[in-house]
Amino acid sequence: MAIIERPVPATTAPVVPAPITPSTSYGVYRRPVSSTGWKSWVFTVDHKKIGLMYGVAAMAFFVIGGMEALLIRAQLAGPDGKVLSASLYNEMFTMHGTTMIFLFAMPMAAAFGNYLLPLQLGARDVAFPRINAFGFWSFLFGGLFLYSSWLLGGAADGGWFMYAPNSSGAFSPTVGNSMWCLGLMITGIASQTGAINLIVTALNMRTKGMSLMRMPVLTWMVLVIQFLLVFAIPVITVALVLLLFQREFDATFFSVADGADPLLWQHLFWIFGHPEVYILILPSMGMVSEILPVFARKPLFGYPVVVFSGIAIGFMGWGVWAHHMFASGIGPVSVAVFAISTMVIAIPTGVKIVNWTLTMWGGKLRFTTAMLFAMGLVVEFTIGGLSGVTHSVAPSDTQQTDTYYIVAHFHYVLFGGAVLGFFAGFYYWWPKVFGKCLNEKLGKWNFWLMIIGLNMTFGPMHIIGLQGQPRRMYIWTEARAGEGFFNIGFWNAVASLGAFILATGVLMFLINVAYTRRRGVPSGLDPWDARTLEWMTTSPPKEHNFDSLPTVHALDEFFHRKYEDVGKGDTYDLQRVATAEEILAEQEANADHHIHLPSPSYWPIVLAFSLPIIAYGVIYSRFFSIVGVLILLLAVFGWAMEPSVAPDSDYDPHPEDDGEGPGTELATVGSEE
Amino acid sequence: MSEPNDAGGLAPEDKTSGHGAPDLGNEEPATRSSIIEKIDEDVPMGGLPGPGPTADVDTHEERTRLTDMPEEVAERDTHGGHASTTGISNNKLAMWLFLGSECLLFGGLISTYMLYRGRHSGSLGPDQIYDIPFTSVSSFVLLMSSLTMVLAVSAIGRGDVRNCKLWLVVTALLGATFVGGQAYEFTSFYREGLGFTTSLFSSSFYTLTGFHGVHVTVGIIMLLSLVGMIGKNRVPGDRAEVVELVGLYWHFVDIVWIVIFTLVYLIPA
Repeated sequence: MAIIERPVPATTAPVVPAPITPSTSYGVYRRPVSSTGWKSWVFTVDHKKIGLMYGVAAMAFFVIGGMEALLIRAQLAGPDGKVLSASLYNEMFTMHGTTMIFLFAMPMAAAFGNYLLPLQLGARDVAFPRINAFGFWSFLFGGLFLYSSWLLGGAADGGWFMYAPNSSGAFSPTVGNSMWCLGLMITGIASQTGAINLIVTALNMRTKGMSLMRMPVLTWMVLVIQFLLVFAIPVITVALVLLLFQREFDATFFSVADGADPLLWQHLFWIFGHPEVYILILPSMGMVSEILPVFARKPLFGYPVVVFSGIAIGFMGWGVWAHHMFASGIGPVSVAVFAISTMVIAIPTGVKIVNWTLTMWGGKLRFTTAMLFAMGLVVEFTIGGLSGVTHSVAPSDTQQTDTYYIVAHFHYVLFGGAVLGFFAGFYYWWPKVFGKCLNEKLGKWNFWLMIIGLNMTFGPMHIIGLQGQPRRMYIWTEARAGEGFFNIGFWNAVASLGAFILATGVLMFLINVAYTRRRGVPSGLDPWDARTLEWMTTSPPKEHNFDSLPTVHALDEFFHRKYEDVGKGDTYDLQRVATAEEILAEQEANADHHIHLPSPSYWPIVLAFSLPIIAYGVIYSRFFSIVGVLILLLAVFGWAMEPSVAPDSDYDPHPEDDGEGPGTELATVGSEE
Repeated sequence: MSEPNDAGGLAPEDKTSGHGAPDLGNEEPATRSSIIEKIDEDVPMGGLPGPGPTADVDTHEERTRLTDMPEEVAERDTHGGHASTTGISNNKLAMWLFLGSECLLFGGLISTYMLYRGRHSGSLGPDQIYDIPFTSVSSFVLLMSSLTMVLAVSAIGRGDVRNCKLWLVVTALLGATFVGGQAYEFTSFYREGLGFTTSLFSSSFYTLTGFHGVHVTVGIIMLLSLVGMIGKNRVPGDRAEVVELVGLYWHFVDIVWIVIFTLVYLIPA
């Protein structure tokens, strides 16, 4: 891959990369050159392939995490559940939370960010393609490392927040929690490098005319969360290091007998943890802000306000962490301050909801599946947001702490917010990525099953929680279930039934994917009458994204190229002046010559592979660590000395320009088969 | 942050750059590419041809973007760096972001230390165990290494490769002296009975200063690797900027030490 010497012409002709025969080796090895087969994926640095791999891996973890959730709900469906033992239950909810947050939601945001950010900015790739590949592989290896703990004596069992000292060796002697620390450090490296990469891409790689306030909202929100990641990941890394040293090297950070402060972990964790919440939700907010205008056939209401409220959330997200600790005795002043800041952060969030509603107001709505999911987010996220505001009332929160009420709240914002947003994104961008629309009929089933399942599962948890059922308890008993409407036995059964309906909805999506893959029909260039730059190229996009990099004149550039306002005075009258095909044809006619894309490399995956080896070494044997460090050094030096774009001599010489202009020359690429 | 890159960008040693030659599109190809061509002929490079006169537009150097920028920015960035929307090169922006996140890493470790500095048994606390004069000397050595780093960056900016390598080696030696001093300090503390697991104070002290020591060590490895890579012409991209980036990291590590030295050693517990 990455070897297309010049733009490939027609949208219909198959893209056949020019043949590559590396004539020189760099140092002692030859660069990978495969453009097909597994090697073209493993050694790729193409942001679109990496985005896809992020998506597939995250989806796999989503299914695994979902199964863990089903086991939890099966256990709690009736009194005195027998499905899981107490310790297995602990491992299950810990891994469910960890998987969904670190191995599904964050990588899925990275998938959308990686795939769409360069396309929306009008760039040909990200700023650091090899770092991008490294980020994906270290996320995947970190996730697999984390999951290998199931086979090595037991998974982590301290909850996704892993409160120390409860998670230290004395209370959790298996390797699980240590592997959790190390695994999250590895995925943290992935997030950190990915974040720096995407920030630099968004700030530095914009096409001509793409000012910051012309960037699509998805790109904006992805940019904001990358800043959150850059500053939040090191804080959790410190916490993980302390806990790891406590467990593996007998440090005393969390030994209360020696005078340790049990709040240290909570502060470090939640300083990371609350920005993390916004890291999870903001990408979906960005996607909805893209999807609603398209299907309402109106521009986003108050684009600058949506952007600034996203930035405001990014800043204020750093000042609310202690609302997770109202019950820990941090003192009345702290509680008051954090209660107020928590109420205040609801304002920019509410602003967004108002903007989305007003975007739909008076629009010609088209109820496609993508639109339904986007509207679903607006509704469900609002419910979750409102229960969130109740938490800012500290006296009430003290009652709700560690009950199912909290579980209900964060599932409404994370499932009703983040996950519905991802699904809206799947349906909306599927034709962009694969050239085929997902089936709408199956999509409607998918949507309604998920919405019904979501509300049946998490709605009753409000009641269960207010009745006092604690989180993280592996059984409940009939004797204390209560009476009448508030009988938690009934509502637990409803929640468990809902969970399986929800799972059926997700299954519908997977069926839809398989169905579309086999039976789907090509969707054309612009199935939704979209507004942003990523639709100004073929679907799926060419390897170099754009034949000629577009010049941007306005927000919603693509829309403005298609439509012109011919109305007089204050009245708008939009007339179609061009089709997507015409715009694309114009681009192809002005194609850039000799596009050099970054070349594939072995080093990202080798470097990422060294990380879990070092991590196993920390737990099991110094020998592994030494081997891992040697691989790491090899990869770092190989990487440092390898130019990111291979010299010309690595490839077949390109045919001499014959001076006949781009159109004729382009044809040679496809015909060299 | 102006970088006098001209010498670095066009000096023969820079040929290994995989990035395109200075590419100003069609505006003034003749002079630039002829310089490059000349260099290509002058210096034989085993199997590593430099960017030829047909320098292509690669992903990092979008011709179209250059025309959009103030002239001097475009001028500067074409010297082997990356053309970018902001005018700051991708690498430098990434390094600043990385250092920003490092602030939070050390912030967390320093907070932990400040929380636990008073929690120790009787005679093995900060006030009893620190040897301030010794650590002052090693801190001074580390600070001086920032000076030599500046001299290295300035030398490569003038295209003075020999002096740059010299100052880089001196910087690495000063850094190694500091790390050696830290090893000595840790050993003597250990002999006095302050093990890693002795108290909350000792755990947090060794973790904080140990992390800093590892950062200095990584910096030394970077410095020495850079000397080797400059010597063998294997620095990809803009060589002067690479030296500057390593310099940024090195100064950051120094600044962190100023904070640590003040908070950990100088303020009485």
